[in-house]
Amino acid sequence: MTALPDLAPLWLTLRLAALVTALLLLLGTPLAWWLARSRARLVPLIEALTALPLVLPPTVLGFYLLLAFNPQAPLGAAWVSLTGETLTFSFAGLVLASLLYSLPFTVQPLQAAFSALGPAPLETAASLGARPFDAFLTVALPLSLRGYLTAAVLTFAHTLGEFGVVLMVGGNIPGETRLISIAIYEQVERADYPAAHVLSALLVALSFAVLLALYAINRRAGRSSGRRA
Amino acid sequence: MTDLHLAFRLPHGPRGIEIDLTLPDPGLTAIFGPSGAGKSSILRAVAGFERTGGLIRYSGETWEDGRAFTPPHRRRVGMVFQAPRLFDHLDVEGNLTYAARRAGCLNEVRPMADKFGLTPLLARKPATLSGGEAQRVALVRTLLSRPRLLLMDEPLSALDTASRAAILPLIEQLRDEAQLPILYVSHSLAEVARLATRTIALAEGRVQAQGPTAGVLSDPRAARAFGAEEPGSLIEARYAGTEPQGLCRLSLPEGQLILPALQPEPAPGEMLRLVIRARDVMVATIPPLGLSALNILPARVTALTDLDAASVDVQLTAAGTALRARLTRRSVETLKLAPGAPCHAIVKSVALARD
Repeated sequence: MTALPDLAPLWLTLRLAALVTALLLLLGTPLAWWLARSRARLVPLIEALTALPLVLPPTVLGFYLLLAFNPQAPLGAAWVSLTGETLTFSFAGLVLASLLYSLPFTVQPLQAAFSALGPAPLETAASLGARPFDAFLTVALPLSLRGYLTAAVLTFAHTLGEFGVVLMVGGNIPGETRLISIAIYEQVERADYPAAHVLSALLVALSFAVLLALYAINRRAGRSSGRRA
Repeated sequence: MTDLHLAFRLPHGPRGIEIDLTLPDPGLTAIFGPSGAGKSSILRAVAGFERTGGLIRYSGETWEDGRAFTPPHRRRVGMVFQAPRLFDHLDVEGNLTYAARRAGCLNEVRPMADKFGLTPLLARKPATLSGGEAQRVALVRTLLSRPRLLLMDEPLSALDTASRAAILPLIEQLRDEAQLPILYVSHSLAEVARLATRTIALAEGRVQAQGPTAGVLSDPRAARAFGAEEPGSLIEARYAGTEPQGLCRLSLPEGQLILPALQPEPAPGEMLRLVIRARDVMVATIPPLGLSALNILPARVTALTDLDAASVDVQLTAAGTALRARLTRRSVETLKLAPGAPCHAIVKSVALARD
């Protein structure tokens, strides 16, 4: 074994995954709520759009994002005039790209949790004098905690493993866009297998730990709510 | 004026719901009818869970009039559902304070829990309660939201007989003591007979009959609201004491009924509500002899209503009380029964409207 390789890509990746998870839980909640409860004709259309990142090759998503992030395109230009920086090859661009890329991993578990809730708890809360937002915070949210846990873990884990999209819009700038998957790819290209081994093993261990925690918690929650029957 | 006025249509079943009702405020009004009649949908509209596009007014406030719509949390209408619908993530006390905090009466949680015997349950999670306990918690939780109108949607139908017997007196107590109008949906004749001061008989989304309960239950127009439940008559009789051989005597305006002794024994002179099912009444045109039935009352036919091809609903006045008999068309023709005809009503069985 040689000296420990540079761990900066790991920290950058964790920061990205944590930020994206937090933002998506916040932004995905109203979207999932609307998808679960609305009877609008628009619902299937939005559902399909939300699920698109699941089926598209990441390079396709990355390619369109690259076009949209271009400082000459409306979105890219607006960002430059707002912040003075470009979206391409920047951490902010990675965050925005990851929000889209991981969106279904947040919205689908939340939507399932909200649908499973049914109308009864909210009707009951309303009849006890709770306003809709109050009822959401005090009844719907606590009863959907398992959905939130699943959404958080899946989103976090999925963002950890991002590669194709990053390659297209982020490039490989140390400390800015050089995520763990990019670093491993580059180390393999350079035939620096020991360094690639360390980062890969770390990623495997981390992902496994996260998933193990999810399934263990879910199983315990399942057992305690199973007693109700 | 604190009455409830409803005038709306809702899609429901083959014919939809179409009602136009004004309910005077006090007491317990039952909405009675077979399942699928639209009873629950009417309650849901009053609670504000469904928009009707029609008119709903209560106590001078307009809750719905086509354009305006008051959302459920601003109506202050309490609802007790068939299932207790307790919040699983809160314990019993948490469920009670949930309602009390929003009604600004947190200091009433403990006294109310005491009054309804919930104090030992306060720290329990809803998942660990029995059906009867959970429904009692749900009822108290609803009361702690300080409703101006209480809606109950078959609150006893999911309970066993013992739990039902424990909760019925609580509902009677609410009806008699609290100045709280109650709208009570049920398909049980026994519950309606025992609890309701007024009854609305509903079938296929239409009101068949409405008014004081005894009148509605003996109204032939209400027959369709009985559905699977036996039609019958609700009568009131005064307890007159025990008889030898394990029997007791009840007095009617112009006669008496002999019943097996009642447990627990009512006080002398106490008014009891009885249900006599239409198929438990036979009719004879000459005084029957050598019959095992204890109760043979002099009667007169007041009206005949065709029920279906084979059966006829015969309304009688017997011993000063309205009774109904369900007879075959053939019997009616053989006996030449017609309004005004004198006869004898043979009452085979009487049920106390306890539960």
